[in-house]
Amino acid sequence: MYLTKEEEQILNGESGETLRQAIEILVALGDIYGADRLIPIKSSQIAGVSYKTMGDAGLEWISDLQGKVKVPSILNPAGMDLQDWKRLRISPEFAEKQKLIVQAYEKLGIQCECTCTPYNLEGFNVGYGDHLAWSESSAVSYANSVLGARTNREGGPSALSAALLGKTANYGFHLNENRMPEISFDVGYSLKGSDYGALGYVAGKLAGSKVPIFHLRCTPDADELKALGAAMAASGAVALYHVEGVTPEICRMDFEEPTEKITIEKSQLDEVYEGLRKACKEPELITIGCPHCSAAELEKAAELLRGKTVLKEFWIFTSRKLAKLHPEYIKTIEKSGAKVVCDTCMVVSPATNSYSCVMVNSGKALAYVPGMCGAEAVYGSMETCVEEAIGETTKKVAKKAGGSN
Amino acid sequence: MRQQRRLQRRQVVLIKLKGRTISRGCARGEVLLSIDPISFLGSVDPKTGVIIEENHALEGKSIQGKVLVFPHGKGSTVGSYVMYQLKKNGVAPSAIINLETEPIVAVGAIISEIPLVDMLERNPYEVLNNGDFVVVNGSKGYIELIKQETNKTECN
Repeated sequence: MYLTKEEEQILNGESGETLRQAIEILVALGDIYGADRLIPIKSSQIAGVSYKTMGDAGLEWISDLQGKVKVPSILNPAGMDLQDWKRLRISPEFAEKQKLIVQAYEKLGIQCECTCTPYNLEGFNVGYGDHLAWSESSAVSYANSVLGARTNREGGPSALSAALLGKTANYGFHLNENRMPEISFDVGYSLKGSDYGALGYVAGKLAGSKVPIFHLRCTPDADELKALGAAMAASGAVALYHVEGVTPEICRMDFEEPTEKITIEKSQLDEVYEGLRKACKEPELITIGCPHCSAAELEKAAELLRGKTVLKEFWIFTSRKLAKLHPEYIKTIEKSGAKVVCDTCMVVSPATNSYSCVMVNSGKALAYVPGMCGAEAVYGSMETCVEEAIGETTKKVAKKAGGSN
Repeated sequence: MRQQRRLQRRQVVLIKLKGRTISRGCARGEVLLSIDPISFLGSVDPKTGVIIEENHALEGKSIQGKVLVFPHGKGSTVGSYVMYQLKKNGVAPSAIINLETEPIVAVGAIISEIPLVDMLERNPYEVLNNGDFVVVNGSKGYIELIKQETNKTECN
């Protein structure tokens, strides 16, 4: 891999130990993946924040680092709401460690907004063709696919190294040749809302790490694309997808249609919804906001919950900035007894581990909750989630099972 | 010091194999071969450096101070941080040789300052045996199999 004179000097330790280690990480990864050089990045988004996943090992490493990041950098969700952690009954020991992790990142100049949807925030706006070093799989998928930017799925240390240097190694999704569709999915019926998460859950398993192109009969909005990509990145390892006539790259680049073609039947999506009817238990906890709710999703949740009272524990996850920008939605939601929780999510918070059956409207959460939280996960639309929480589903369960949107 | 220098002079390099630099630095130690891949999260006790994964080729063995030879890493990315914890607890391997390193182990070795070389010009499983004394030069990208003459009689 070619390094500039300045980069060679950093690798020789002339800019200190933290940067030496950072560039050594990028060079090693670049060599493993065949990068030719380092390229500048516009921003970094760093995973490895929740104490639940990092443990003392991760905390120790981050605490020992020195220096400041060179590009706008932001964190992935932590293990708890950083301001109101007691509400979800997080232990004081966990909270203490979690705060230390976030403080260690803050010391490096990283914005301690913890969200999986940085693209919804000022300062992290992403343009077509921008190079990034983002970690969170759903944000990587959104940036690559919906915004036409270019990022690999960075691990925590490599995203942090990229942030400290303002550069990343030029391989993988930074290169045109790796962005071409490799598998084609035909979906011959109309989709709405949570159908996209169900589709992503099914398609991710079929795609593995290939780049899919979708031929749809309808035009998804931004939140539906977010749900589709997040689910595929969790049930598979999809970091980039295209939707014919919708996503920016497919409209600008001259891609060939892949030879591998798969038709996804309606019955395959129905199976995802059927988990609710087949579950061993009734959901004890209802969660939405994986990835974090957008303003539009908060508004929808507020409308569905207006004047209602929830009978079950109901958590709605979003970024702190969006919660602050929309106090009216938060007020309406919380009046129902549902909780708006910031900085964290149902997957990375230990709070979820004390429930045995969790209802989600996210294909990503459906894929991760069983393994990460030891709970059964069932799937439904945001509307079904609200009905379940306010106790209206018992009447409607026969009608709703297998239903869409 | 003098004894050490004399000792080093008496070491004979039997085989030198070139490989690819992953993590820089230079260290030496006894070879411990693992046929199985290693997930540092779950396979290794970070406090003791003992392999705890059931039915692992190295189950019950300590990797502390060894030149650990394994095909490649597996499992969670948190494994990188566990390698750092092993190092801080003084029970990390002194160096690593892989057939082909993947990013979790590469990152873990770098942040833990454990020299690591992979893709040797010959298969390390055919050349090395458990207990062999090996130098791993991560900076220059090679390993050396050393014939070490027994310490006391030579040094005195």
